[in-house]
Amino acid sequence: MSNQDPDWPSENRIWNHSAETLPREEIEALQLERLRAMVERVAKVPFYRDQFEHAEIGPQSIRSLADLRRLPFTTKDDLRRHQPLGFLAVPRKELARIHGSSGTTGIPTFVAYTAQDLRTWSELCARFLVAGGLRPAHTAQVAFGYGLFTGGFGLHYGIERVGAAVIPTAAGNTRRQIDIMRELTPEVLICTPSYALTIADAARELGIDPATLPMRYGHFGGEPWTEDMRREIEDQLGLQAFNNYGLSEVFGPGVAGECPLHEGMHIQEDHFIVECLDPETLEPVAEGEPGELVITNLTREATPLIRYRTRDIARLYREPCACGRTTMRMSRVTGRTDDMLIIRGVNVFPSQIEEALLRVEGTTPHYLIEVDRPGTLDEVRVKVEMRPEIFSDRMDRMQALCEHISREIQTVAGIRAHVDLVEPRSIERFVGKARRVLDKRRLSD
Amino acid sequence: MKLQQLSLFLENRPGQLGAPLEAIAAEGINILTLSLADTAQFGILRLIVREWEQAKQIFEQGGWVVKQTEVVAVDVLDRPGGLASALAVLEAAELNIEYMYAFSLRRDDKAILIFRFEDPDRAIEVLLENGLHVVETEELMRHVG
Repeated sequence: MSNQDPDWPSENRIWNHSAETLPREEIEALQLERLRAMVERVAKVPFYRDQFEHAEIGPQSIRSLADLRRLPFTTKDDLRRHQPLGFLAVPRKELARIHGSSGTTGIPTFVAYTAQDLRTWSELCARFLVAGGLRPAHTAQVAFGYGLFTGGFGLHYGIERVGAAVIPTAAGNTRRQIDIMRELTPEVLICTPSYALTIADAARELGIDPATLPMRYGHFGGEPWTEDMRREIEDQLGLQAFNNYGLSEVFGPGVAGECPLHEGMHIQEDHFIVECLDPETLEPVAEGEPGELVITNLTREATPLIRYRTRDIARLYREPCACGRTTMRMSRVTGRTDDMLIIRGVNVFPSQIEEALLRVEGTTPHYLIEVDRPGTLDEVRVKVEMRPEIFSDRMDRMQALCEHISREIQTVAGIRAHVDLVEPRSIERFVGKARRVLDKRRLSD
Repeated sequence: MKLQQLSLFLENRPGQLGAPLEAIAAEGINILTLSLADTAQFGILRLIVREWEQAKQIFEQGGWVVKQTEVVAVDVLDRPGGLASALAVLEAAELNIEYMYAFSLRRDDKAILIFRFEDPDRAIEVLLENGLHVVETEELMRHVG
């Protein structure tokens, strides 16, 4: 059971010892049992029921974990086609929470939670928070967005579950964040990695050495980052930085998180089965090789997913960690199999930018999305080639055009973008599929 | 009574202005006057040439985005208050100026004001009614040439 001992001496503390240190065969036996139950549960969801019937699959078809591969995949498109809440496996009245993730159409993909799901989610977050230094006596500042985005609330409840205090500052108003840190001296900071660097920059601008800020541990996620960024954050803020992984489709943060050894993120295998597949052949890759993570929920009640194709590229390691946890570990996410961009924590698809441009007549045929991180924050420039239909000799009209495009992008994709009007034929032409994105951020290690 | 002005879209980076000007110079087209409006990122080059149809074709063939608009030229005495008197007339008639530029002709002791109006015909009426001199293309050529 959970460790409620108020005085936790060890640096390497395990929140749920029995779950996190299960011998391999017991983890697998538990997964098999839960997978069978899950197959039965999702058979109520029309999407799965139809596929199970067609393939004549039922709980009895799952005789070993290898039979997982007989089950169908679930994609983001499947989720989108069945919005809102087409994947609900419980009656609507049993829901306790609905979150959402950004989708290509500007309408979020909704995910739901029962009261039990919220307890499970808190447990998952508690595990990686404790692995990363959080103790009941601590105070943690959550500078993640609160709202439909799962980051803020997931971590918030995890901290409360551990018994620590939360300061729910949410993201933004960096100067105020710094004032609060100095007043309330939280031991733990929770935000996106790029926001951690923004806080450091802002502190320096205020004449404060960011290393003198009180936080000793930081939990960072919600966007891809690198080992270089980890070193920078740790050096500048004088804390130990922990990576965690999750996505709202399968719960939110809490799928995996680092221990103090920082040798990969421990996957919560009693709640998820994570496969690593070649995105083309859909066959498993060799251990330690990069592949697409495919995640199956084992315990989620409201909107459980079977073999959800995350499109995230990472590596898996089965060798037990020296920390004592027996769970499989995953590397940080090193890429995507689709063209999704994560801009300041917001998921953006190039097709959303295209949709925004379609709303402004004459701007679509030739454009390029440039993403860069000149300082600590992502910047997006959308280059649009000038055409006679949209050209005016009046500067006010031209500026209004830029603003109009920018506004549409904000509406559809939820991000601010600079719009650059460029000369005709200045954007490179491609035979076949045009390259629409130039990501200049250096994110791969 | 209106002049044909050509406008070109240019990116605001070194060398972008020279190329279109060289392209028409190679065909012996002389520029009567020009103005450039710019932001940090792009600019609009506006110019008046006698052979505007030919110039437009050259620009289009060269891959530039070019737009033809009608502007109105007025000459005033090149002395303090010359421009202000013309503007007062337009203001009194509540004629909105989209933009304007000016150049002086030292030989004639005159300044030529080029106006872009939303409604150039109405503007010309007002200017003439108030005794201002609207310059036509040929006259402008003589002034400059």
